[in-house]
Amino acid sequence: MTEYVIRRLLLAIPTVLLVMFATFMLLRLVPGDLVELMMAENPYATEEDRARIERELGLDKPIPQQFAVYLGKVLRGDFGHSPWTGRSVASELQDRLPVTVEFGFMAILIGLIIALPVGILSAVRQDTLADYAARSFAILALSVPYFFTALLLIVFPSTWWGWSPPLTYKPWSAGPIDHLYYYFWPALLLGVGLAGSVMRMTRTMMLEVLRQDYIRTAWAKGLRERAIITRHALKNALIPVVTIVGLQVGTALGGTIILESIFNIPGVGRYFIGAIFQRDYPSVQGVVLVLAVIVVLVNIVVDLTYGWLDPRIRYG
Amino acid sequence: MAQQERATIAEAQAPQFELRRQLPFYVDVLRRLVREKPLGLFGGALVLLIAILAVTASWTAPFEPNQLGAGGRLEAPSTAHFFGTDNLGRDVFSRIVWGARIAMFVGFAAVVVATFISVALGLLSGYFGGWFDILVQRLVDAFIAFPALVFLLGVVAVFRDWQAPFLQREGVFSTPVFIIIISLGILFGVGQSRIIRGAVLSVSQATYVEAARAIGVGHTRMILRHILPNVMAPIITLATLGLGNAILAEATLSFLGLGVPPDVPSWGGMLSREARIHMTVGWWLAVFPGVALSAAVFGFNMLGDALRDLLDPRLRTG
Repeated sequence: MTEYVIRRLLLAIPTVLLVMFATFMLLRLVPGDLVELMMAENPYATEEDRARIERELGLDKPIPQQFAVYLGKVLRGDFGHSPWTGRSVASELQDRLPVTVEFGFMAILIGLIIALPVGILSAVRQDTLADYAARSFAILALSVPYFFTALLLIVFPSTWWGWSPPLTYKPWSAGPIDHLYYYFWPALLLGVGLAGSVMRMTRTMMLEVLRQDYIRTAWAKGLRERAIITRHALKNALIPVVTIVGLQVGTALGGTIILESIFNIPGVGRYFIGAIFQRDYPSVQGVVLVLAVIVVLVNIVVDLTYGWLDPRIRYG
Repeated sequence: MAQQERATIAEAQAPQFELRRQLPFYVDVLRRLVREKPLGLFGGALVLLIAILAVTASWTAPFEPNQLGAGGRLEAPSTAHFFGTDNLGRDVFSRIVWGARIAMFVGFAAVVVATFISVALGLLSGYFGGWFDILVQRLVDAFIAFPALVFLLGVVAVFRDWQAPFLQREGVFSTPVFIIIISLGILFGVGQSRIIRGAVLSVSQATYVEAARAIGVGHTRMILRHILPNVMAPIITLATLGLGNAILAEATLSFLGLGVPPDVPSWGGMLSREARIHMTVGWWLAVFPGVALSAAVFGFNMLGDALRDLLDPRLRTG
């Protein structure tokens, strides 16, 4: 097992290097004079700022040398500085990443809380009214974009009942309940969106597993339905579901970017969009790199959970 | 004499086939879609409706999409303005009809690019294998690891200030639209090439491919005549599902204000920041563009799902 983890981490290195190269090229691909564009965005920028930006981006050196410098900096946790606020991108990310992770985690959790029971029920009661309702819900969840449901949630309750979901961020210090409630609505919207594909996968896999011989044996032994479904069927059906959940981390990140800018959540997503609008390229570069690396690492973790779900899978 | 007798006996013993006229493959699929897949058919009808709106927008829409003061400001839906008017007095129905055009245009163009990339990569990687396959698959790995929206926003950020010399500054044939199409094409194409490669690999091991190779069929003919027609099922399914996703992606970018130019009426753009201020007064500003967008995505998802079941049950992923 340890050997497998080490090997997976080693195999991730070329992927991470490629991701780093891609983010490095991000600044070099910008057509036109990068510094000029960045300066144009801020009317108060001075000549000193220009010199600082140029020095920091190191654009005067040959490309391979620039990449080596970039790699060295990134590995030491230095993602450069925002040319406008002067803050280091690393410390911005340090402040915002926990917010996004918390939000994304809550959304995926809500998604699973909805998707697993409904998916199981849908398979166990195949072709009943409940099954049809669940399947239609899954398809709707896949097709209706979150930003639309978010707008509906913000617009309608406020016109009808004068209620709207909280739109000002409450940190932990404002009390855990207020803090979590603040995330609740956006996380619910994102969670419902994510639930669609997990639910369909759970249903398909449960249907397949429920036809197996050992399930019939379990029934024949006189086990209760609950035991058969949770202990015998579900665990065997979960592997592809876990894969889907792993793939959804990327989707969830996309969702957090959109919903953070609607619900004013001070996370990485809102920072990212802001940086794009301000032409703050070092920040854009830092965010892209960190998010991509997170997704790569999460996928390794997902692969490792297979062994826990199914001891037959040996890592070696 | 004896020989003749044997021939008649053989004839009599030969199994009698009822000669039924075989329907062309795609006609058969269409028939089964109508008979077996009501939801897929419904999706197909939605898609067709939106496609017709997109093509006939200049006749269907009662007003010019950008015509200021086509009605009063923020008028509720009425017979004059089916979906009401927005804060600049533009007719929402006309803008949605024209929005279908940009959605379909971006969707189809992106899918054409994606299909080209995925088929080229998938065929080369799956058929020839070797070092090319290994190299490409590592690149595809790195690419799939990239969160889709992060990739799209990164590309849009990089090319925001670029103006392609052969394109207009505004309108449908403008640089931002071109950037979206190309980046969506690359995003979907590279991701889908994995599936095409898998299909090519499994077809390559079929006996008829072995037989063709044995009689000396060359690579070009092998790929065009024997491999490609047999991987059409995943290509069509992926293209249909890709259309829905491309439309959703364009709407998302336009919603964030980083999509099509502001003079192009887009469903996502109609839901964006400027419109949001007026939605508490005019519910129709939020509802209709969102419903149009959801219906289009829903239609392609349903149609794609049904086609996947009909064309290639192996692809089923839940």
